[in-house]
Amino acid sequence: MSDTQRKRRILVAKPGLDGHDRGAKVVARALADAGHEVVYTGLHQTPTMIATAAVQEAVDAVGLSIMSGAHMTLFPAVIEALKKQGAEDVVVFGGGIIPDEDVVELLANGVAKIFKPGASTQEIGQWVTDNVSVQD
Amino acid sequence: MRIDKVLEGDIRSAARLMRDLDDRVPSAIEELKALYPHTGNGYIIGITGNPGAGKSTLVDSLISVYRNASLRVGVVCVDPTSPFSGGAILGDRIRMQRHASDSGVFIRSLATRGQLGGLSRSTFDVASVLDAMGFDRIIIETVGVGQDEIEVMKTAYTSVVVTVPGLGDDIQAIKAGILEIADVLVVNKADREGADRAVRDLFHMLDLRGGVGRQEVEIVKCIATLGTREESGIADVAKAIDSHRGRMGQQEDARRKERAKAHIAELVRGMLADRADATLRAQGGLDGLADGVVRGEQDPYTAAESVLKSL
Repeated sequence: MSDTQRKRRILVAKPGLDGHDRGAKVVARALADAGHEVVYTGLHQTPTMIATAAVQEAVDAVGLSIMSGAHMTLFPAVIEALKKQGAEDVVVFGGGIIPDEDVVELLANGVAKIFKPGASTQEIGQWVTDNVSVQD
Repeated sequence: MRIDKVLEGDIRSAARLMRDLDDRVPSAIEELKALYPHTGNGYIIGITGNPGAGKSTLVDSLISVYRNASLRVGVVCVDPTSPFSGGAILGDRIRMQRHASDSGVFIRSLATRGQLGGLSRSTFDVASVLDAMGFDRIIIETVGVGQDEIEVMKTAYTSVVVTVPGLGDDIQAIKAGILEIADVLVVNKADREGADRAVRDLFHMLDLRGGVGRQEVEIVKCIATLGTREESGIADVAKAIDSHRGRMGQQEDARRKERAKAHIAELVRGMLADRADATLRAQGGLDGLADGVVRGEQDPYTAAESVLKSL
C-alpha cells in the first residue's frame, strides 16, 4: 500500500528508589529531539513493570537511569525480566553514577552502553541512532 | 502465523503487530484484514479534553472500575509528535502505573506522526487489534485538544469530553466542535472552586446546541486522583458511559454504519495521500514545480492539477 515508516521506539525508565527524575527527563527529551519515539514511565519502576511496558510498547531499546547505587542489581534484574517475557532482543543501555569497574562488568553482562555523568545529550541521541536498529 | 498468536492473546505478538501497523508495514495491513472478523465485541470509549484536564488520570480511574467488574481493559494513548524533530515523548503511562503489572490491562502509547484531529493514523487499527484479542473495554485517550479535534468521535462508541473548573466564563476551550461530539461531559477536579459553575455553563451550552438534546448528554462531576487521595464520582462516569451505551442500543446499526463510513473515507484519503506522495517522489519532489510557481510561469493550482493527473 504505502511506504513503511520505521521509527525507533525507546523506553526510558527509572527503576528503584531514586527520588527525582530530572536526568531521565532530560535524556527522554534528547532522544525525542533526535527523532525517536520515547515512552516515559516515571519514578519507582520495578524490573517487571519495565519489562511489561517494554513488551506492550514494542520498543527497540530500554534506557535506565540509576543514581541510587543499586545498578549492579537493577540492570541484571531488568535484563532477566525482559528475557522472561520473551523480549531478550531489546537493547538495554543506561546512565548514572557508576564506577568504572562496574561499567566493565555490566557491559560484559548484556548492557550495551553506560553513559557517565557529563555525557552530552547529543552523544546519547547519536548513540541510539547508530546502535539501536529497528527490529523487523 | 502471527495472527493466531494474537488471537490466543500473546502480548508480544500483538504488540509487534501494533508496531508494524503504526509503521505502516504492508503485510501488517493484510494481517489486520484477517483479524477483522474477530472484532466488534469490545466496547470502544473515547476520552478527550483540554491539556491538563486530567484525561490520563481519569483513564487510570476508569481502568480500576472496569477491573473491579472483572472486565479486561485495553488502552490506547496518543501524544503529539514534534513537527520539528519527528520524535515524541509518550508519557501517559506515568499516570497508569497502578495497573502496570495487571495482565488484564494492555496499555499502548502512540505518537500522532503528523496526523491532525487528536489521534494517530494507526489508532483505529491498534484498537481493532485489542478488540480482536478480546478486551472488553477499549479506552482511547486523545492528545490534549483545542477546539475542533473531533476524530475520536468517529472511532469511539461513546465519546467522553473532560474539562475542569475555571477555564473561563464560556468554557473557552470546549467550544462548538468539541462540545458537539460529547456523549458524556465530565467536570474533573470538582473539588476546585467553580465546579458547579462549570456544570451550569455546560448545561447552558448544551441548551444552545442543535441536533441532540440536552437530556441525552449527562454531565458528571468527578475527582480522579491516581488512588493517592480519595476519589469521587468515577463510578458515576462509568455509569454515564453505560447509560449512553444503553440509549444507543436501539440505534446501534445506524451508528455502526456512520462509523464505517467515516473509517472508509479516512482510509481513502490516507491512501490517496500516500499515492500522491509516492508520485511526487518518483517525479523528483516538488522543487521543479515550486520553482515554476516562484518564477511566475505557473500558478499553484495548475501545478497541483498536473500532479493529480499523473496519479
